[in-house]
Amino acid sequence: MTAASRSLVVVSAGLGQPSSTRLLADRLTAATERHLGEGGVEPRVRIVELREHAQDLTNHLLTAFPSPKLQETIDAVLGADGLIAVSPIFSASYSGLFKLFFDVVERDGLAGMPTLIAATGGTARHSLALEHALRPLFAYLNAATVATSVFAAAEDWGTAGVAADGSLVERIDRAARELALAVAAHQPRAPRDPFADPMPFEDLLRSQ
Amino acid sequence: MQFGVFSVGDITPDPTTGRAVSEAERIQIMVRVALKAEEVGLDVFATGEHHNPPFVTSSPTTMLGFIAAGTQRLLLSTATTLITTNDPVKIAEDYAMLQHLADGRVDLMMGRGNTGPVYPWFGQDIRNGIPLAYEHYALLHRLWREDVVDWEGKLRTPLTGFTAVPRPLDGVPPFVWHGSIRSPEIAEQAAFYGDGFFHNNIFWPKDHVKRMVELYRRRWEHYGHGPADQAIVGLGGHVFMRKSSQDAIREFRPYFDHAPVYGGGPSLEDYMDQTPMTIGSAQQVIDRTLGFREFVGDYQRQLFIADHAGLPLKTVLEQMDILGEEVVPVLRREFAALKPAHVPDAPVHPRVEAARASGGPRATGEALTDAAAQPTAVPA
Repeated sequence: MTAASRSLVVVSAGLGQPSSTRLLADRLTAATERHLGEGGVEPRVRIVELREHAQDLTNHLLTAFPSPKLQETIDAVLGADGLIAVSPIFSASYSGLFKLFFDVVERDGLAGMPTLIAATGGTARHSLALEHALRPLFAYLNAATVATSVFAAAEDWGTAGVAADGSLVERIDRAARELALAVAAHQPRAPRDPFADPMPFEDLLRSQ
Repeated sequence: MQFGVFSVGDITPDPTTGRAVSEAERIQIMVRVALKAEEVGLDVFATGEHHNPPFVTSSPTTMLGFIAAGTQRLLLSTATTLITTNDPVKIAEDYAMLQHLADGRVDLMMGRGNTGPVYPWFGQDIRNGIPLAYEHYALLHRLWREDVVDWEGKLRTPLTGFTAVPRPLDGVPPFVWHGSIRSPEIAEQAAFYGDGFFHNNIFWPKDHVKRMVELYRRRWEHYGHGPADQAIVGLGGHVFMRKSSQDAIREFRPYFDHAPVYGGGPSLEDYMDQTPMTIGSAQQVIDRTLGFREFVGDYQRQLFIADHAGLPLKTVLEQMDILGEEVVPVLRREFAALKPAHVPDAPVHPRVEAARASGGPRATGEALTDAAAQPTAVPA
Protein backbone atom coordinates (compact mmCIF):
# COMPACT_ATOMS: atom_id res chain seq x y z
CA MET A 1 0.00 0.00 0.00
CA THR A 2 1.44 3.35 -1.01
CA ALA A 3 0.83 6.52 0.96
CA ALA A 4 -1.56 7.63 -1.76
CA SER A 5 -3.71 4.53 -1.61
CA ARG A 6 -7.28 4.79 -0.32
CA SER A 7 -9.95 2.19 0.28
CA LEU A 8 -13.43 2.63 -1.06
CA VAL A 9 -16.31 0.42 0.02
CA VAL A 10 -19.47 0.30 -2.06
CA VAL A 11 -22.65 -0.91 -0.36
CA SER A 12 -25.43 -1.87 -2.73
CA ALA A 13 -28.87 -2.92 -1.51
CA GLY A 14 -30.09 -3.97 -4.92
CA LEU A 15 -32.14 -7.16 -4.96
CA GLY A 16 -32.41 -8.14 -8.62
CA GLN A 17 -29.83 -9.99 -10.66
CA PRO A 18 -28.78 -7.85 -12.47
CA SER A 19 -30.02 -4.86 -10.50
CA SER A 20 -30.20 -1.23 -11.58
CA THR A 21 -29.03 -0.31 -8.06
CA ARG A 22 -25.85 -2.29 -8.62
CA LEU A 23 -25.54 -0.76 -12.08
CA LEU A 24 -25.67 2.73 -10.56
CA ALA A 25 -23.22 1.66 -7.84
CA ASP A 26 -20.80 0.43 -10.50
CA ARG A 27 -21.04 3.67 -12.48
CA LEU A 28 -20.38 5.71 -9.36
CA THR A 29 -17.48 3.45 -8.42
CA ALA A 30 -15.86 3.70 -11.83
CA ALA A 31 -16.22 7.49 -11.88
CA THR A 32 -14.78 7.80 -8.36
CA GLU A 33 -11.86 5.52 -9.27
CA ARG A 34 -11.17 7.66 -12.30
CA HIS A 35 -11.16 10.90 -10.30
CA LEU A 36 -8.98 9.37 -7.59
CA GLY A 37 -6.56 8.13 -10.25
CA GLU A 38 -6.37 11.56 -11.82
CA GLY A 39 -5.47 12.93 -8.40
CA GLY A 40 -2.65 10.41 -8.04
CA VAL A 41 -4.50 8.26 -5.53
CA GLU A 42 -4.68 4.53 -6.00
CA PRO A 43 -8.16 3.25 -5.10
CA ARG A 44 -8.78 -0.13 -3.49
CA VAL A 45 -12.41 -0.99 -4.10
CA ARG A 46 -14.63 -3.47 -2.33
CA ILE A 47 -18.23 -4.07 -3.36
CA VAL A 48 -20.69 -5.26 -0.74
CA GLU A 49 -23.95 -6.76 -2.02
CA LEU A 50 -26.27 -6.66 0.97
CA ARG A 51 -28.42 -9.40 -0.53
CA GLU A 52 -25.61 -11.84 0.31
CA HIS A 53 -25.87 -10.81 3.96
CA ALA A 54 -29.65 -10.63 4.27
CA GLN A 55 -29.92 -13.73 6.46
CA ASP A 56 -26.96 -12.79 8.63
CA LEU A 57 -28.34 -9.27 9.13
CA THR A 58 -31.63 -10.67 10.42
CA ASN A 59 -29.76 -13.09 12.66
CA HIS A 60 -27.66 -10.25 14.00
CA LEU A 61 -30.77 -8.32 14.96
CA LEU A 62 -32.19 -11.36 16.73
CA THR A 63 -29.06 -12.62 18.49
CA ALA A 64 -27.19 -9.30 18.92
CA PHE A 65 -23.96 -10.56 17.41
CA PRO A 66 -22.81 -10.80 13.80
CA SER A 67 -21.71 -13.93 11.99
CA PRO A 68 -17.98 -13.97 11.21
CA LYS A 69 -18.71 -13.16 7.54
CA LEU A 70 -20.90 -10.18 8.43
CA GLN A 71 -18.40 -8.96 11.02
CA GLU A 72 -15.67 -9.00 8.41
CA THR A 73 -17.87 -6.94 6.08
CA ILE A 74 -18.75 -4.41 8.79
CA ASP A 75 -15.07 -4.10 9.65
CA ALA A 76 -14.27 -3.41 5.99
CA VAL A 77 -16.85 -0.60 5.92
CA LEU A 78 -15.65 0.90 9.20
CA GLY A 79 -12.04 0.77 8.04
CA ALA A 80 -12.71 2.39 4.65
CA ASP A 81 -11.62 5.87 3.54
CA GLY A 82 -14.83 6.38 1.62
CA LEU A 83 -18.27 4.90 1.23
CA ILE A 84 -20.72 4.74 -1.66
CA ALA A 85 -24.15 3.73 -0.36
CA VAL A 86 -26.84 2.87 -2.89
CA SER A 87 -30.39 1.76 -2.16
CA PRO A 88 -33.51 1.19 -4.18
CA ILE A 89 -36.37 3.43 -3.04
CA PHE A 90 -39.18 1.33 -1.59
CA SER A 91 -42.33 2.90 -0.14
CA ALA A 92 -40.89 6.43 -0.12
CA SER A 93 -37.60 5.53 1.58
CA TYR A 94 -34.47 3.34 1.52
CA SER A 95 -35.16 -0.38 1.44
CA GLY A 96 -35.43 -2.36 4.66
CA LEU A 97 -32.32 -4.36 3.79
CA PHE A 98 -30.31 -1.15 3.34
CA LYS A 99 -31.45 0.15 6.73
CA LEU A 100 -30.75 -3.20 8.42
CA PHE A 101 -27.09 -2.91 7.52
CA PHE A 102 -26.71 0.61 8.85
CA ASP A 103 -28.70 -0.38 11.95
CA VAL A 104 -26.03 -2.87 12.97
CA VAL A 105 -23.00 -0.71 12.17
CA GLU A 106 -21.86 0.84 15.44
CA ARG A 107 -23.01 4.41 15.77
CA ASP A 108 -19.67 6.23 15.79
CA GLY A 109 -18.13 3.92 13.22
CA LEU A 110 -18.98 6.11 10.25
CA ALA A 111 -18.16 9.45 11.90
CA GLY A 112 -16.33 11.66 9.41
CA MET A 113 -16.51 9.03 6.67
CA PRO A 114 -16.64 10.60 3.16
CA THR A 115 -19.90 9.20 1.82
CA LEU A 116 -21.78 9.38 -1.44
CA ILE A 117 -25.46 8.52 -1.30
CA ALA A 118 -27.40 7.31 -4.31
CA ALA A 119 -30.68 5.62 -5.06
CA THR A 120 -32.75 4.06 -7.81
CA GLY A 121 -36.48 4.10 -8.42
CA GLY A 122 -39.13 3.64 -11.04
CA THR A 123 -39.71 7.31 -11.73
CA ALA A 124 -38.05 10.59 -10.82
CA ARG A 125 -40.95 11.34 -8.47
CA HIS A 126 -39.05 9.38 -5.78
CA SER A 127 -35.78 11.28 -6.13
CA LEU A 128 -36.21 13.43 -3.04
CA ALA A 129 -36.17 10.30 -0.88
CA LEU A 130 -32.41 10.76 -1.06
CA GLU A 131 -32.73 14.10 0.71
CA HIS A 132 -35.48 13.26 3.18
CA ALA A 133 -34.43 9.69 4.04
CA LEU A 134 -30.83 8.78 3.16
CA ARG A 135 -29.20 12.13 3.94
CA PRO A 136 -30.69 12.38 7.47
CA LEU A 137 -29.69 8.78 8.17
CA PHE A 138 -26.06 9.52 7.35
CA ALA A 139 -26.26 12.83 9.21
CA TYR A 140 -27.31 10.84 12.28
CA LEU A 141 -24.29 8.56 11.74
CA ASN A 142 -22.09 11.67 11.49
CA ALA A 143 -20.86 10.63 8.07
CA ALA A 144 -19.40 13.37 5.86
CA THR A 145 -21.92 13.05 3.02
CA VAL A 146 -20.96 14.91 -0.17
CA ALA A 147 -23.29 17.61 -1.46
CA THR A 148 -24.36 15.84 -4.64
CA SER A 149 -26.52 12.77 -4.35
CA VAL A 150 -27.45 10.69 -7.37
CA PHE A 151 -30.87 9.34 -8.22
CA ALA A 152 -31.43 7.13 -11.25
CA ALA A 153 -34.98 6.58 -12.43
CA ALA A 154 -35.72 3.85 -14.95
CA GLU A 155 -35.96 6.38 -17.77
CA ASP A 156 -32.47 7.77 -17.02
CA TRP A 157 -30.93 4.60 -18.44
CA GLY A 158 -32.32 5.43 -21.88
CA THR A 159 -32.05 9.17 -22.19
CA ALA A 160 -30.28 11.02 -24.97
CA GLY A 161 -27.77 13.79 -24.22
CA VAL A 162 -26.12 11.66 -21.58
CA ALA A 163 -23.49 14.18 -20.56
CA ALA A 164 -25.72 17.25 -20.62
CA ASP A 165 -26.13 19.41 -17.49
CA GLY A 166 -28.31 17.67 -14.95
CA SER A 167 -28.25 14.36 -16.76
CA LEU A 168 -27.50 11.15 -14.88
CA VAL A 169 -24.00 10.90 -16.34
CA GLU A 170 -23.20 14.47 -15.40
CA ARG A 171 -24.50 13.98 -11.86
CA ILE A 172 -22.51 10.77 -11.44
CA ASP A 173 -19.39 12.58 -12.52
CA ARG A 174 -20.02 15.55 -10.21
CA ALA A 175 -20.80 13.38 -7.19
CA ALA A 176 -17.80 11.12 -7.87
CA ARG A 177 -15.48 14.13 -8.13
CA GLU A 178 -16.73 15.45 -4.79
CA LEU A 179 -16.28 12.04 -3.17
CA ALA A 180 -12.81 11.52 -4.68
CA LEU A 181 -11.63 14.86 -3.27
CA ALA A 182 -12.93 13.98 0.19
CA VAL A 183 -11.49 10.46 0.07
CA ALA A 184 -8.07 11.71 -1.04
CA ALA A 185 -8.02 14.12 1.90
CA HIS A 186 -9.26 11.50 4.35
CA GLN A 187 -6.72 10.49 6.96
CA PRO A 188 -6.80 6.72 7.36
CA ARG A 189 -7.41 5.90 11.01
CA ALA A 190 -6.72 2.86 13.08
CA PRO A 191 -9.91 1.08 14.06
CA ARG A 192 -10.91 1.74 17.66
CA ASP A 193 -10.31 -1.24 19.91
CA PRO A 194 -12.36 -0.99 23.10
CA PHE A 195 -10.29 -3.74 24.69
CA ALA A 196 -6.86 -2.36 23.90
CA ASP A 197 -6.53 0.70 26.03
CA PRO A 198 -9.21 1.14 28.64
CA MET A 199 -9.60 4.36 30.52
CA PRO A 200 -8.27 3.91 34.07
CA PHE A 201 -11.10 3.18 36.49
CA GLU A 202 -10.29 6.16 38.71
CA ASP A 203 -10.86 8.43 35.69
CA LEU A 204 -14.02 6.61 34.71
CA LEU A 205 -15.36 7.01 38.23
CA ARG A 206 -14.45 10.70 38.35
CA SER A 207 -15.90 11.43 34.91
CA GLN A 208 -19.33 10.09 35.82
CA MET B 1 -13.34 -25.18 40.56
CA GLN B 2 -17.00 -24.49 41.17
CA PHE B 3 -19.77 -25.89 39.00
CA GLY B 4 -23.38 -24.91 39.09
CA VAL B 5 -26.53 -23.85 37.33
CA PHE B 6 -28.10 -20.49 36.75
CA SER B 7 -31.71 -19.75 36.07
CA VAL B 8 -33.31 -16.77 34.40
CA GLY B 9 -36.74 -17.82 35.67
CA ASP B 10 -38.57 -17.36 32.38
CA ILE B 11 -42.07 -18.65 31.79
CA THR B 12 -41.87 -19.82 28.19
CA PRO B 13 -44.53 -22.12 26.76
CA ASP B 14 -43.16 -25.56 25.95
CA PRO B 15 -43.11 -25.37 22.13
CA THR B 16 -43.80 -29.10 21.81
CA THR B 17 -47.04 -28.91 23.81
CA GLY B 18 -47.93 -25.22 23.85
CA ARG B 19 -48.33 -25.38 27.62
CA ALA B 20 -46.91 -22.65 29.87
CA VAL B 21 -46.47 -23.25 33.58
CA SER B 22 -48.07 -20.92 36.11
CA GLU B 23 -46.01 -18.52 38.20
CA ALA B 24 -46.57 -20.78 41.18
CA GLU B 25 -45.26 -23.80 39.25
CA ARG B 26 -42.32 -21.87 37.83
CA ILE B 27 -41.20 -20.70 41.24
CA GLN B 28 -41.38 -24.25 42.57
CA ILE B 29 -39.39 -25.45 39.53
CA MET B 30 -36.61 -23.02 40.38
CA VAL B 31 -36.53 -24.26 43.97
CA ARG B 32 -36.54 -27.87 42.75
CA VAL B 33 -33.63 -27.11 40.39
CA ALA B 34 -31.66 -25.54 43.24
CA LEU B 35 -32.22 -28.51 45.56
CA LYS B 36 -31.35 -30.85 42.73
CA ALA B 37 -28.11 -28.96 42.19
CA GLU B 38 -26.97 -29.87 45.69
CA GLU B 39 -28.30 -33.41 45.34
CA VAL B 40 -26.24 -34.13 42.21
CA GLY B 41 -23.10 -32.60 43.69
CA LEU B 42 -23.02 -29.21 42.03
CA ASP B 43 -21.62 -26.26 44.00
CA VAL B 44 -23.65 -23.23 42.97
CA PHE B 45 -27.19 -22.15 42.22
CA ALA B 46 -27.67 -18.63 40.86
CA THR B 47 -30.94 -16.87 40.16
CA GLY B 48 -31.59 -14.03 37.74
CA GLU B 49 -33.45 -10.86 38.61
CA HIS B 50 -36.24 -9.48 36.48
CA HIS B 51 -39.16 -7.20 37.20
CA ASN B 52 -41.43 -8.00 34.30
CA PRO B 53 -43.35 -10.91 32.83
CA PRO B 54 -42.61 -13.58 31.65
CA PHE B 55 -40.10 -13.84 34.53
CA VAL B 56 -40.70 -14.77 38.16
CA THR B 57 -37.39 -13.71 39.67
CA SER B 58 -38.16 -10.30 41.14
CA SER B 59 -37.18 -11.22 44.69
CA PRO B 60 -33.88 -13.11 44.69
CA THR B 61 -33.06 -13.06 48.39
CA THR B 62 -36.51 -14.38 49.32
CA MET B 63 -35.98 -17.30 46.99
CA LEU B 64 -32.34 -17.87 47.97
CA GLY B 65 -33.24 -17.67 51.67
CA PHE B 66 -35.81 -20.43 51.19
CA ILE B 67 -33.31 -22.52 49.25
CA ALA B 68 -30.69 -21.93 51.95
CA ALA B 69 -33.01 -23.52 54.48
CA GLY B 70 -33.33 -26.63 52.34
CA THR B 71 -29.66 -27.11 51.51
CA GLN B 72 -26.40 -27.59 53.39
CA ARG B 73 -23.48 -27.08 51.01
CA LEU B 74 -24.86 -25.23 48.00
CA LEU B 75 -23.48 -21.76 47.32
CA LEU B 76 -26.28 -19.29 46.62
CA SER B 77 -25.65 -16.64 44.05
CA THR B 78 -27.26 -14.36 41.50
CA ALA B 79 -27.00 -13.95 37.75
CA THR B 80 -27.40 -11.06 37.93
CA THR B 81 -28.28 -8.58 40.68
CA LEU B 82 -29.32 -5.25 39.20
CA ILE B 83 -26.74 -2.88 40.67
CA THR B 84 -28.20 -0.08 38.54
CA THR B 85 -31.82 0.04 39.66
CA ASN B 86 -31.66 -1.54 43.11
CA ASP B 87 -30.77 0.69 46.02
CA PRO B 88 -27.22 -0.29 47.04
CA VAL B 89 -28.22 0.13 50.69
CA LYS B 90 -30.91 -2.50 50.28
CA ILE B 91 -28.54 -4.84 48.42
CA ALA B 92 -26.03 -4.46 51.26
CA GLU B 93 -28.67 -5.34 53.84
CA ASP B 94 -30.52 -8.08 51.95
CA TYR B 95 -27.41 -10.06 51.05
CA ALA B 96 -25.79 -9.60 54.47
CA MET B 97 -28.99 -10.99 55.96
CA LEU B 98 -28.89 -13.89 53.51
CA GLN B 99 -25.26 -14.52 54.45
CA HIS B 100 -26.22 -14.88 58.11
CA LEU B 101 -29.13 -17.20 57.35
CA ALA B 102 -27.10 -19.33 54.92
CA ASP B 103 -24.03 -19.46 57.17
CA GLY B 104 -21.87 -17.68 54.63
CA ARG B 105 -22.91 -19.65 51.53
CA VAL B 106 -23.57 -16.48 49.54
CA ASP B 107 -21.97 -14.54 46.76
CA LEU B 108 -23.52 -12.38 44.08
CA MET B 109 -23.03 -11.15 40.58
CA MET B 110 -23.60 -7.54 39.62
CA GLY B 111 -25.21 -6.74 36.29
CA ARG B 112 -27.06 -3.93 34.60
CA GLY B 113 -30.04 -5.88 33.34
CA ASN B 114 -31.32 -6.06 29.80
CA THR B 115 -34.78 -4.54 30.06
CA GLY B 116 -34.77 -0.84 29.18
CA PRO B 117 -37.96 0.14 31.04
CA VAL B 118 -36.66 -1.28 34.33
CA TYR B 119 -34.71 1.97 34.73
CA PRO B 120 -37.74 4.31 34.67
CA TRP B 121 -39.78 1.78 36.67
CA PHE B 122 -37.28 2.28 39.47
CA GLY B 123 -36.90 6.01 38.94
CA GLN B 124 -33.62 5.81 37.03
CA ASP B 125 -32.40 6.86 33.59
CA ILE B 126 -31.03 4.19 31.26
CA ARG B 127 -28.44 6.64 29.98
CA ASN B 128 -26.88 6.39 33.44
CA GLY B 129 -26.42 2.61 33.13
CA ILE B 130 -22.65 2.58 33.59
CA PRO B 131 -22.52 5.56 36.04
CA LEU B 132 -25.16 3.81 38.19
CA ALA B 133 -23.19 0.56 38.11
CA TYR B 134 -20.09 2.45 39.24
CA GLU B 135 -21.59 4.73 41.86
CA HIS B 136 -23.96 2.19 43.41
CA TYR B 137 -21.24 -0.43 43.64
CA ALA B 138 -18.74 2.02 45.12
CA LEU B 139 -21.27 2.71 47.88
CA LEU B 140 -22.16 -0.97 48.35
CA HIS B 141 -18.47 -1.81 48.64
CA ARG B 142 -18.09 0.67 51.50
CA LEU B 143 -21.32 -0.29 53.26
CA TRP B 144 -20.01 -3.84 53.67
CA ARG B 145 -16.58 -2.73 54.85
CA GLU B 146 -17.16 0.35 57.02
CA ASP B 147 -19.42 0.26 60.04
CA VAL B 148 -20.36 3.92 59.75
CA VAL B 149 -20.57 5.52 56.31
CA ASP B 150 -20.75 9.17 55.29
CA TRP B 151 -21.41 9.24 51.57
CA GLU B 152 -22.45 11.63 48.88
CA GLY B 153 -22.89 10.85 45.19
CA LYS B 154 -24.85 12.08 42.21
CA LEU B 155 -27.44 9.39 41.73
CA ARG B 156 -28.66 8.56 45.23
CA THR B 157 -29.61 10.52 48.29
CA PRO B 158 -26.60 11.17 50.61
CA LEU B 159 -25.92 9.20 53.78
CA THR B 160 -24.57 10.60 57.03
CA GLY B 161 -23.50 8.31 59.84
CA PHE B 162 -25.25 5.34 58.24
CA THR B 163 -24.73 1.73 59.31
CA ALA B 164 -26.03 -1.06 57.07
CA VAL B 165 -27.41 -3.90 59.18
CA PRO B 166 -26.81 -6.70 59.71
CA ARG B 167 -23.05 -6.36 59.29
CA PRO B 168 -21.60 -9.02 56.94
CA LEU B 169 -21.24 -12.40 58.66
CA ASP B 170 -18.00 -12.41 60.72
CA GLY B 171 -17.16 -9.09 59.06
CA VAL B 172 -16.51 -10.79 55.70
CA PRO B 173 -18.48 -9.28 52.78
CA PRO B 174 -19.94 -11.66 50.21
CA PHE B 175 -17.64 -12.21 47.25
CA VAL B 176 -18.77 -10.24 44.22
CA TRP B 177 -18.65 -11.09 40.54
CA HIS B 178 -19.33 -8.53 37.85
CA GLY B 179 -21.15 -9.87 34.83
CA SER B 180 -21.08 -8.24 31.45
CA ILE B 181 -21.45 -9.54 27.94
CA ARG B 182 -20.11 -6.60 26.00
CA SER B 183 -19.01 -3.67 28.18
CA PRO B 184 -15.25 -3.36 28.70
CA GLU B 185 -16.05 -0.78 31.39
CA ILE B 186 -17.42 -3.56 33.59
CA ALA B 187 -14.37 -5.78 33.10
CA GLU B 188 -12.35 -2.73 34.13
CA GLN B 189 -14.52 -2.26 37.23
CA ALA B 190 -14.15 -5.91 38.27
CA ALA B 191 -10.38 -5.64 37.84
CA PHE B 192 -10.17 -2.41 39.83
CA TYR B 193 -11.83 -3.93 42.91
CA GLY B 194 -10.14 -7.30 42.58
CA ASP B 195 -13.57 -8.88 42.26
CA GLY B 196 -14.55 -11.74 39.98
CA PHE B 197 -15.55 -11.32 36.34
CA PHE B 198 -18.23 -13.47 34.77
CA HIS B 199 -19.05 -13.76 31.10
CA ASN B 200 -22.29 -15.52 30.27
CA ASN B 201 -20.50 -17.08 27.30
CA ILE B 202 -23.81 -17.95 25.65
CA PHE B 203 -24.84 -15.08 23.46
CA TRP B 204 -21.53 -14.10 21.89
CA PRO B 205 -18.76 -15.74 19.90
CA LYS B 206 -15.78 -17.04 21.84
CA ASP B 207 -13.39 -14.47 20.38
CA HIS B 208 -15.37 -11.75 22.06
CA VAL B 209 -15.47 -13.62 25.39
CA LYS B 210 -11.74 -14.14 25.14
CA ARG B 211 -11.03 -10.44 24.66
CA MET B 212 -13.26 -9.40 27.55
CA VAL B 213 -11.55 -11.86 29.89
CA GLU B 214 -8.09 -10.88 28.65
CA LEU B 215 -8.86 -7.24 29.38
CA TYR B 216 -10.08 -8.12 32.87
CA ARG B 217 -6.97 -10.23 33.62
CA ARG B 218 -4.59 -7.58 32.31
CA ARG B 219 -6.23 -4.84 34.36
CA TRP B 220 -6.43 -7.06 37.47
CA GLU B 221 -2.66 -7.29 37.35
CA HIS B 222 -2.38 -3.55 36.62
CA TYR B 223 -4.33 -2.76 39.79
CA GLY B 224 -1.95 -4.87 41.87
CA HIS B 225 -4.17 -7.80 42.77
CA GLY B 226 -1.58 -10.29 41.55
CA PRO B 227 -0.57 -11.91 38.28
CA ALA B 228 -3.19 -11.94 35.53
CA ASP B 229 -3.58 -15.70 35.71
CA GLN B 230 -4.75 -15.41 39.33
CA ALA B 231 -7.77 -13.26 38.49
CA ILE B 232 -11.14 -14.85 39.27
CA VAL B 233 -13.06 -15.77 36.13
CA GLY B 234 -16.46 -17.35 35.71
CA LEU B 235 -18.20 -18.53 32.56
CA GLY B 236 -21.68 -19.53 31.59
CA GLY B 237 -22.45 -22.44 29.36
CA HIS B 238 -25.40 -23.69 27.43
CA VAL B 239 -25.70 -27.44 27.00
CA PHE B 240 -28.26 -30.11 26.30
CA MET B 241 -27.29 -33.77 26.40
CA ARG B 242 -28.53 -37.15 25.32
CA LYS B 243 -26.73 -40.44 24.70
CA SER B 244 -26.25 -39.59 21.04
CA SER B 245 -25.75 -36.10 19.67
CA GLN B 246 -28.46 -36.71 17.03
CA ASP B 247 -31.00 -37.41 19.79
CA ALA B 248 -29.92 -34.31 21.70
CA ILE B 249 -30.27 -32.11 18.63
CA ARG B 250 -33.60 -33.59 17.62
CA GLU B 251 -35.07 -33.11 21.10
CA PHE B 252 -33.65 -29.64 21.71
CA ARG B 253 -34.27 -28.09 18.28
CA PRO B 254 -37.88 -26.97 18.89
CA TYR B 255 -36.79 -25.30 22.14
CA PHE B 256 -33.97 -23.51 20.34
CA ASP B 257 -36.14 -22.49 17.40
CA HIS B 258 -38.76 -20.95 19.69
CA ALA B 259 -36.61 -19.63 22.54
CA PRO B 260 -37.18 -15.90 23.13
CA VAL B 261 -33.45 -15.18 22.81
CA TYR B 262 -32.65 -16.82 19.47
CA GLY B 263 -35.91 -18.08 18.01
CA GLY B 264 -36.41 -17.22 14.36
CA GLY B 265 -32.73 -16.43 13.96
CA PRO B 266 -29.81 -18.63 12.99
CA SER B 267 -30.10 -22.39 12.73
CA LEU B 268 -29.12 -24.46 15.77
CA GLU B 269 -26.11 -25.72 13.84
CA ASP B 270 -24.90 -22.20 12.94
CA TYR B 271 -25.44 -21.04 16.49
CA MET B 272 -23.44 -23.95 17.91
CA ASP B 273 -20.72 -23.22 15.42
CA GLN B 274 -20.52 -19.53 16.28
CA THR B 275 -21.02 -19.65 20.07
CA PRO B 276 -20.00 -22.02 22.88
CA MET B 277 -23.46 -23.66 22.95
CA THR B 278 -23.16 -27.47 22.91
CA ILE B 279 -26.07 -29.76 22.12
CA GLY B 280 -24.80 -33.31 22.01
CA SER B 281 -23.43 -36.15 24.09
CA ALA B 282 -21.99 -35.79 27.59
CA GLN B 283 -18.54 -36.39 26.10
CA GLN B 284 -19.01 -33.53 23.63
CA VAL B 285 -19.99 -31.24 26.49
CA ILE B 286 -16.92 -32.32 28.45
CA ASP B 287 -14.62 -31.69 25.50
CA ARG B 288 -16.15 -28.32 24.62
CA THR B 289 -16.14 -27.12 28.24
CA LEU B 290 -12.53 -28.14 28.77
CA GLY B 291 -11.82 -26.13 25.63
CA PHE B 292 -13.06 -22.92 27.30
CA ARG B 293 -9.86 -22.97 29.33
CA GLU B 294 -7.89 -22.57 26.12
CA PHE B 295 -9.37 -19.15 25.40
CA VAL B 296 -9.95 -17.70 28.89
CA GLY B 297 -7.19 -19.43 30.88
CA ASP B 298 -7.66 -21.36 34.12
CA TYR B 299 -10.97 -20.26 35.52
CA GLN B 300 -12.85 -20.70 38.74
CA ARG B 301 -16.55 -21.06 38.09
CA GLN B 302 -18.61 -22.76 35.41
CA LEU B 303 -22.37 -22.25 35.46
CA PHE B 304 -24.75 -23.99 33.08
CA ILE B 305 -28.15 -22.71 32.15
CA ALA B 306 -30.60 -25.47 33.06
CA ASP B 307 -34.29 -24.56 33.28
CA HIS B 308 -35.32 -22.28 30.43
CA ALA B 309 -37.05 -22.02 27.07
CA GLY B 310 -40.03 -24.08 28.24
CA LEU B 311 -38.12 -27.31 28.90
CA PRO B 312 -40.26 -29.57 31.12
CA LEU B 313 -39.05 -30.06 34.69
CA LYS B 314 -38.54 -33.77 34.10
CA THR B 315 -36.15 -33.02 31.25
CA VAL B 316 -34.34 -30.35 33.26
CA LEU B 317 -33.81 -32.78 36.15
CA GLU B 318 -32.54 -35.45 33.73
CA GLN B 319 -30.08 -32.92 32.36
CA MET B 320 -28.89 -32.16 35.89
CA ASP B 321 -28.45 -35.89 36.57
CA ILE B 322 -26.25 -36.15 33.50
CA LEU B 323 -24.29 -33.09 34.62
CA GLY B 324 -23.84 -34.49 38.11
CA GLU B 325 -23.07 -38.08 37.14
CA GLU B 326 -21.25 -37.93 33.84
CA VAL B 327 -20.00 -34.42 33.17
CA VAL B 328 -18.97 -32.53 36.29
CA PRO B 329 -16.93 -35.33 37.95
CA VAL B 330 -14.82 -35.60 34.80
CA LEU B 331 -14.52 -31.81 34.45
CA ARG B 332 -13.47 -31.48 38.11
CA ARG B 333 -10.73 -34.04 37.66
CA GLU B 334 -9.53 -32.74 34.32
CA PHE B 335 -9.58 -29.05 35.24
CA ALA B 336 -7.82 -29.80 38.55
CA ALA B 337 -5.10 -31.72 36.74
CA LEU B 338 -4.56 -28.84 34.31
CA LYS B 339 -4.62 -26.01 36.85
CA PRO B 340 -1.23 -24.80 38.09
CA ALA B 341 -0.91 -24.68 41.89
CA HIS B 342 -0.61 -20.89 42.03
CA VAL B 343 -4.04 -20.35 40.45
CA PRO B 344 -6.52 -19.82 43.31
CA ASP B 345 -10.06 -21.10 43.68
CA ALA B 346 -12.89 -18.60 43.78
CA PRO B 347 -13.03 -16.99 47.24
CA VAL B 348 -15.71 -18.28 49.59
CA HIS B 349 -16.66 -17.26 53.12
CA PRO B 350 -14.26 -18.65 55.77
CA ARG B 351 -17.13 -20.67 57.24
CA VAL B 352 -17.65 -22.40 53.90
CA GLU B 353 -13.92 -23.01 53.69
CA ALA B 354 -13.87 -24.45 57.22
CA ALA B 355 -16.83 -26.71 56.59
CA ARG B 356 -15.25 -27.96 53.40
CA ALA B 357 -11.95 -28.62 55.19
CA SER B 358 -13.66 -30.55 58.00
CA GLY B 359 -15.56 -32.52 55.39
CA GLY B 360 -18.70 -32.54 57.49
CA PRO B 361 -22.08 -31.37 56.41
CA ARG B 362 -22.97 -27.98 57.68
CA ALA B 363 -26.61 -27.71 58.56
CA THR B 364 -27.96 -24.25 58.15
CA GLY B 365 -29.37 -24.41 61.67
CA GLU B 366 -26.02 -25.33 63.22
CA ALA B 367 -24.95 -21.81 64.02
CA LEU B 368 -28.23 -21.33 65.81
CA THR B 369 -27.74 -24.49 67.86
CA ASP B 370 -24.19 -23.49 68.75
CA ALA B 371 -25.38 -20.16 69.94
CA ALA B 372 -28.17 -21.83 71.93
CA ALA B 373 -30.56 -19.66 70.08
CA GLN B 374 -34.25 -20.23 69.75
CA PRO B 375 -34.98 -23.28 67.63
CA THR B 376 -36.53 -22.27 64.40
CA ALA B 377 -38.49 -24.13 61.81
CA VAL B 378 -35.94 -25.16 59.24
CA PRO B 379 -37.14 -27.67 56.68
CA ALA B 380 -34.96 -30.75 56.50
